[in-house]
Amino acid sequence: MKAQLILENGMRFSGTLFGAEKNIVGEVVFTTGMTGYQETLTDPSFAGQIVTMTFPLIGNYGINLEDMEAKHTNLKAFVVREKCDFPSNFRNEMNLDNFLREQGVVGLEGIDTRALTKIIREAGTMKGVIMVGEPSENDINILMNSLDNSQVIMNTTTESIYTVNDTGRIHIAFIDLGTKQGIVRDLASRGCKITIFPANVSAEQINEVNPDLVFLSNGPGDPLDAPGTVDTVKELIGKYPVCGICMGHQIIGLALGCKTKKLKFGHHGGNHPVKDLQSGNVFITSQNHNYIVADYPDDVEETFTNVNDGTCEGIRHKTLPVQSVQFHPEASPGPLDTGWMFDRFLKEVR
Amino acid sequence: MPLDKSIKKVLVIGSGPIVIGQAAEFDYSGTQACQAIKDEGIEVVLVNSNPATIMTDRGMATHTYIEPLTAEYVEKIIQKERPDSVIAGMGGQTGLNLACELYDKGVFDKYNMKVIGTSIPSIKEGEDRDSFKRLMERTNQPIAPSEIVTDLDSGLAFAKQIGYPVIVRPAYTLGGTGGGIAENPEQLETILSQGLHLSRVGQVLLEKSIKGWKEIEFEVMRDGTGNCITVCSMENIDPVGVHTGDSIVVAPALTLADKEYQMLRKAAIDIINSIEIKGGCNVQFALDPESFNYAVIEINPRVSRSSALASKATGYPIAKIAAKIALGYNLDEIKNAVTGKTFACFEPAIDYVVTKIPKWPFDKFFGAKRNLGTKMMATGEIMSIGNTLEASLLKGIRSLEIKQYTLERKSSKQRTTVELKQRVIVPDDERLFDLAELIRRNYNMDKLAEITGMDPFFLQKIKNIVDAEEELKKYKLTDLNYNMLKKYKKMGFSDKGIAELIGCSADEVFNLRKMLGITPVYKMVDTCAGEFEAVSPYYYSTYDETTESFPSDKKKVIVIGSGPIRIGQGIEFDYCSVHSVLSLAKAGVETIIINNNPETVSTDFDTSDKLYFEPLTEEDVYNIILLEKPDGVILQFGGQTAIKLANFLDNMNVPVLGTQPKYIDEAENREKFDEMLEKLDIKRPKGKAVWSVKEGIEEANKLEYPLLVRPSYVLGGQGMEITRNEIDLVRYLTDAFIKDTKNPVLIDRYLGGRELEVDAICDGTDVLIPGIMEHLERAGVHSGDSISIYPPQNVPSHIVDKIVDVTYRIARELNVIGMINIQFIEFRDELYIIEVNPRSSRTVPYITKVTNVPVIDIATNIMLGKTLKEMGYSTGIAPQTNTVAIKVPVFSTEKLPRVEVSLGPEMRSTGEVLGVGHNFHEAMYKGFLSAGTTIPKAGSTILVTVRDLDKENFLPIAKKFAALGCNFIATSGTAKLLEDNKIPVQTAKKISEGVPNVLDVIRSGMIDLIVDIPKKGNDVHSDGFKIRRTAIECSVSIMTSLDTVSALVDVMEHQYTPDNVDVISLAEIK
Repeated sequence: MKAQLILENGMRFSGTLFGAEKNIVGEVVFTTGMTGYQETLTDPSFAGQIVTMTFPLIGNYGINLEDMEAKHTNLKAFVVREKCDFPSNFRNEMNLDNFLREQGVVGLEGIDTRALTKIIREAGTMKGVIMVGEPSENDINILMNSLDNSQVIMNTTTESIYTVNDTGRIHIAFIDLGTKQGIVRDLASRGCKITIFPANVSAEQINEVNPDLVFLSNGPGDPLDAPGTVDTVKELIGKYPVCGICMGHQIIGLALGCKTKKLKFGHHGGNHPVKDLQSGNVFITSQNHNYIVADYPDDVEETFTNVNDGTCEGIRHKTLPVQSVQFHPEASPGPLDTGWMFDRFLKEVR
Repeated sequence: MPLDKSIKKVLVIGSGPIVIGQAAEFDYSGTQACQAIKDEGIEVVLVNSNPATIMTDRGMATHTYIEPLTAEYVEKIIQKERPDSVIAGMGGQTGLNLACELYDKGVFDKYNMKVIGTSIPSIKEGEDRDSFKRLMERTNQPIAPSEIVTDLDSGLAFAKQIGYPVIVRPAYTLGGTGGGIAENPEQLETILSQGLHLSRVGQVLLEKSIKGWKEIEFEVMRDGTGNCITVCSMENIDPVGVHTGDSIVVAPALTLADKEYQMLRKAAIDIINSIEIKGGCNVQFALDPESFNYAVIEINPRVSRSSALASKATGYPIAKIAAKIALGYNLDEIKNAVTGKTFACFEPAIDYVVTKIPKWPFDKFFGAKRNLGTKMMATGEIMSIGNTLEASLLKGIRSLEIKQYTLERKSSKQRTTVELKQRVIVPDDERLFDLAELIRRNYNMDKLAEITGMDPFFLQKIKNIVDAEEELKKYKLTDLNYNMLKKYKKMGFSDKGIAELIGCSADEVFNLRKMLGITPVYKMVDTCAGEFEAVSPYYYSTYDETTESFPSDKKKVIVIGSGPIRIGQGIEFDYCSVHSVLSLAKAGVETIIINNNPETVSTDFDTSDKLYFEPLTEEDVYNIILLEKPDGVILQFGGQTAIKLANFLDNMNVPVLGTQPKYIDEAENREKFDEMLEKLDIKRPKGKAVWSVKEGIEEANKLEYPLLVRPSYVLGGQGMEITRNEIDLVRYLTDAFIKDTKNPVLIDRYLGGRELEVDAICDGTDVLIPGIMEHLERAGVHSGDSISIYPPQNVPSHIVDKIVDVTYRIARELNVIGMINIQFIEFRDELYIIEVNPRSSRTVPYITKVTNVPVIDIATNIMLGKTLKEMGYSTGIAPQTNTVAIKVPVFSTEKLPRVEVSLGPEMRSTGEVLGVGHNFHEAMYKGFLSAGTTIPKAGSTILVTVRDLDKENFLPIAKKFAALGCNFIATSGTAKLLEDNKIPVQTAKKISEGVPNVLDVIRSGMIDLIVDIPKKGNDVHSDGFKIRRTAIECSVSIMTSLDTVSALVDVMEHQYTPDNVDVISLAEIK
C-alpha cells in the first residue's frame, strides 16, 4: 500500500507501507547505526518518534526474541529504504514486516532515507505524519497537531515495582524512565539486586528499601516533562549515591541545578566519540538522545565530552557520590567499549 | 600526544613490483603516507624498486630511491641519507619483511633510528604463526586448532589428530602463496612440502578447516594512547575457503546481528590493544553461521589491500591517519578531512552497499587452473557503490570489463545442471554466474546455501536479480513505462543489460529513459551517513530523486581512469591519470575522475576536484558527462578501457581532448593503419588479415615462416603466437576461428630483430621523444615482458634518426595531440613498425623518471592548447640523462597453476622493477637483483635445456658460465652439446626416463638457475612446461630467452656486490 511521510515543513516522501497499516504522527529522527535495528525498535527512548535508519538494508538478519530491549516496541513508525523479506540468521524468528505488524508499528519502505536524513540534519528534528493515500491538508494538519509527547515517560515506565536478581549483593533502586533491558542486564551481571520503580516514584518509597545506590535509566522525550522525578532525585541526592544514563543523566543534571538544551537533531547511532576528561582517552559510544545537559553550577563538573561537537557526555558532583553519562555504556545496539562505566558507577557505593 | 618533534627524516619502504597479492593498494597507501609526513614539514626518504608507482615520482618523497628492496641496499640508503625514523607498515608484506630483517640485523640500532608506528616486536606477534597463536591464547581469542610444523612427518601426524580437511598456511608469504586445503594425507604431502619450501622461515601452520564459516574482516585503528576505532567491517560473500583477495566482498557486513557484530568488533579491538598497534590493522574472523562461535583467522598489522578497500568504501583514509599516528598524533587530534569539522576518532557510518569483485587473469590464460582456494589469483579488483546490494553487484559486474551486463553468462548457460552444481561447490571465477544459472533453473535455494556455504541472504539477492531478468525477458521495449523502467534502473540494471534481456539496442533503452526523464542522481560518500555536512567531492550514482552533486560553472575536464588492474593494463595507467589531473589542476581547470578501482591513487578523493566512483561503461560515463557538461574528456591516460569509449563519445558529440577519435580509430584499425603506412612509405612486417584456415595457409606460403599470428583487436598480445610451420598454423587458426567467428586472424612475417620503443608527445606541429627504449630480448617476446633499456646501447645513429623521422611523420599523419607509443623492430639494418598506440602506454612512468621529462604534464598541457615550443621543447629526442636505467618485468606465474612460464608474444608479467646504474651492466645487475633473479656465482649449479634451434647460440654463453665456475646439469640433448665442447656437465633424466629425473633435481633444491629455451610454449604435456612450472613453484630462477641469459652472464663477469655499486637517488638522474 502506498503511503507518504509528510514533514512539518511540508516535504513529502512517498513509499510503501508495511507492518501496521494506519496513519500516525511522531517526531522524526534518524539513527546511523548499521546494525542493531531490533534493539532500536524496542528501545523505549524512541517512544513517540518516527525513526528512520540511514543504513539502507534493514531486516537482513530478522528478528529474534532474545535481543529485545523492552517487552514491546515504543516507537511510532520505522522508515527504511529497503526491508528484507527473507532474513537469514541462526537466531532469526520472524521477519521485520511481521514483527512490526504484530507490534502495531507502522513501517514505510522505499524512501530516500539519505535525503530525509539531510533534511532533518539541516532543519532539525521535526514532526511528521505517515498517512495512507492522498490525505487532505486539513487531515494532515489535524494529525500533525495531535502530537503530544509530554507523557512518553509515563507511557513507557514500569507500572508496578518489581525486583531483578534478588540475591544480588548491592541493592539498587532503579527508577525506570523507559529503560532498555541492557542496563538492567549489565547491573545484574555485576552482582546487583535491582528494585525497579516507576518514574513517578517518591523519595519515601525509595527510602523504604534503603538502597545502596539509586539509578536512573534512559527514557524518551524531554527531561523537563518529568519535574516530579527531578524533585524526587533532589531529595535523594546526598542520602544515596545517585547514577544515571541518558534521560537519567539529564534528570540528575536538572536535580543538581544544571540546565538542559535541545539539540538540533540529536545524537542517534553507534559511532559517537566521547572523551574521558580525566584520562584523555576517547571511546566510541552508542547514543540516542535529543537533549543535553548544559550550564553546570560550581559543584558539578563535566566528566566526558563529545569529540565531534563538544557537548556534555557526563557529569559528576564534586563532593557527593553522584555521576551520570549521556551515552549508553550498555550498548545494545552499539560498541561495547565503555562497559566499565558500570563498574565506575558501582564504585560510588561505599 | 601531538606531533613528535624529534622526528625530522623518515624512511618509508615501498612494496616493490606489482605481483598478485600485492598491487596498487600500496602505491595508494605509500603515497598517502609520504604526503601526510611531508605535510608536517618532515623529510621522507623513500625506497621502492617499482618505477610505475606514483609514490616514486619526483616531488612525492623528499629523497626517492628506485633501488633493490634488499637489506644491503636499504642499509646503503640509510647510510647515505641518515633518516632518524622508519615506518614499517606502508609497503605491504614486502616492506614489512624487509623492516623486520633490518631490525633483526641491528641496522636500525646501528644508525640510531627509531621505528615509528607499530613496533617490530608488535608486528612479529601478529605475523609469525607461533607467536600469533600465543597472542590469541593470551587475549582469550579462539582460533581453529592448529600447529606450526617445520617438517612433513609432524604435519601428517598433527593432521591425523585434528582430522581432515586441514588448511596449510606458510608463514611470511604473500597472498597465501604455497598454501592450500588438503582433504587427505596424499594432498597434504604435496601442499605441505611446497609450503615449507616457500616460507621464508620454513614454518607452516596446519589448521583445522573451518571451511563454510562466514568470513568477516575488520579494519581497526589504534593510536599511541590506546584510543581504538573500527573503520569498516567487510563480509565475504564466499565463505571461508576462498582467499579474501579472490572473494566477492561487501561492506559493511550485511548478515550480522548487532550481537555478533559487536562481539567481533570487541575481539578486534582487544587484539590490537594487546599488541599495542600504532596505526592500522586488519583482523580476519571466521564466524560459525549456526552459533556465536568464531575463530580469528589472521591479523595484518599494517595497511593492506583490505585497508585500501575500507578507505575507499568509507571515505576514511586509513594510511594517512596511520602515518599521522606514527608521527605522534592521537586520533582525536586529527581532523576528519571529509567533514572538516569532526575528528578522525570516530567510526564511519555508511548508508550504501559496497561490493568488491576480484579481476582474474583467466581471460588471458585459457589453460590456467581457475579453481579458487586459499591462494590468491586475482590481479586486481573493482569496487562499486549502490544503495541496494543488487545495484552494487550489477554495477560491479559491468565494471569488470568482461562483457557482462547481467547475470546471464553464455558459458554458464551451456553447462548442464550437474556441471553447474559441481562448479558452485568447487568455485572458480565464474561462480557468480553459475549460481545465477542454477537459480534460474529453479534449483532449491536451501540446498544451494548448504552446498556452497553461502549465506541465504546473498543467494536471495542473486535470485532477486535473476527474477528481474526473467521478468524483463517477457517485455518488449514498448511495454516499459516510467514506473517499470525506473524500478529496473533502481535495481542497478544498465541500459545495455535491459536491452540484452528484452532484445533491443542500448540506444533504444537510453532514448526511452531520456524521454521518460529517468536519470541518475549522485550521492556523496561522506563517512557519516549524512549526519554532518561533508565537503568530500566523492560520488556514486543511484536512481533516487535528490542529487548531491552540483556542477560548477568553472572550466572542467573529465579524466577517464583505467579500471581494474589486469595483465597488460596496470598501475602505469593510474600513474598517467593522476599526473594528468595534477597538471590540469595546475592549469586552473576543475578536474573530475571517473574510475572503479579501489586500490589506486586516482580514486583517492583528495586527488581530483571531484571523484565519481562508477563503472567505465558508455552509459555510466555518459550520464556523468550529461550532468557535468565538461569542456573536455581525456581518454589517452586510461589505457584501452578509456580509449574504447572514443568512438561512442565522438558520436555523442562529447569533446574529446587530444587526438581525435577518428584518428584513434585509424591507428587501431588494421586496414586503415596499413593504408597510412603505405602512404608514408614506412615499412612493417608483411602480413594479412585472414578469415579462414584455407586463406591462412595460402597467405602463409606467400609470406614464409616463421609467422606471428594473433586475433585482431587484442590487448597485451593475448592469443599471439609464433608459428614455424603449417601444422602449427592450422592448429592455431582452427582454434581461433572456433573462439571468434566475427573477427579475422592477423598473420605477419616474424622478424627476429631488435625491438625498440618510443613514447612521444605531439602538439600537431612538433614531436618530442623523451627517449628511445631498447628491448633486451629480441622480437617475439611481448614488449611488456621484455627487459627495456634506456638509453639504447646498441642502436646506430642512422636508426635513431629514422626512429625520430618515422615517429614524427606518423604522429603528424594521425594528427596526434598528446601521447603516442610506437614499437619498432630493427632487422638487418632496416626499421619496421610493429605497433602504434595513439595513447599513453605502460612505459610512460618509466620513461618519465629516467629521462626527467615530465611526459604527462607536457601532454596534458598540449591537450589544453599549449605547444611544445611554448614549454621549451622541440622536435627530436630529449637530451640523454647521465645514468642507464633498465626496466625488468616481474611475473606472478607461480600463483597461477598451469600457466606457461616462458616468455612469448603473450604478455604475462604483472609488474616491473627498475635498475639504475652508471653503466649498462651495473643497471642490469640491480635490475636482476630487484626482480629477485638469482645471480649465480662460482660453484652455482645451472640446469640447462636448450632447443635445437638455439644450441649453437648457447655455446658461447655456456663457456662464460663455465669460466666463472658454474656447474651444469642438462637433459641429454643439451648435455651432449656441452660434452662435445668439453664443458663438464651432469646429465639429468628426462621425465619419461623414470626417476629421479629433471623435476626431482629441481625439487631437491640444488639448482640455482634454470636456463630453458623452449621450442614452443603453452603445451601443458611437454617436459619443458613441467620443468618451468616446477621451477617457479620451487622458487628457482628461470630464464627462457637466450638474450636474457647472455645479459646475466655478462653481469656476472663484472663481479658486482652491494659494496662496489652506488645507490642513486632520482634527483641524481639528470
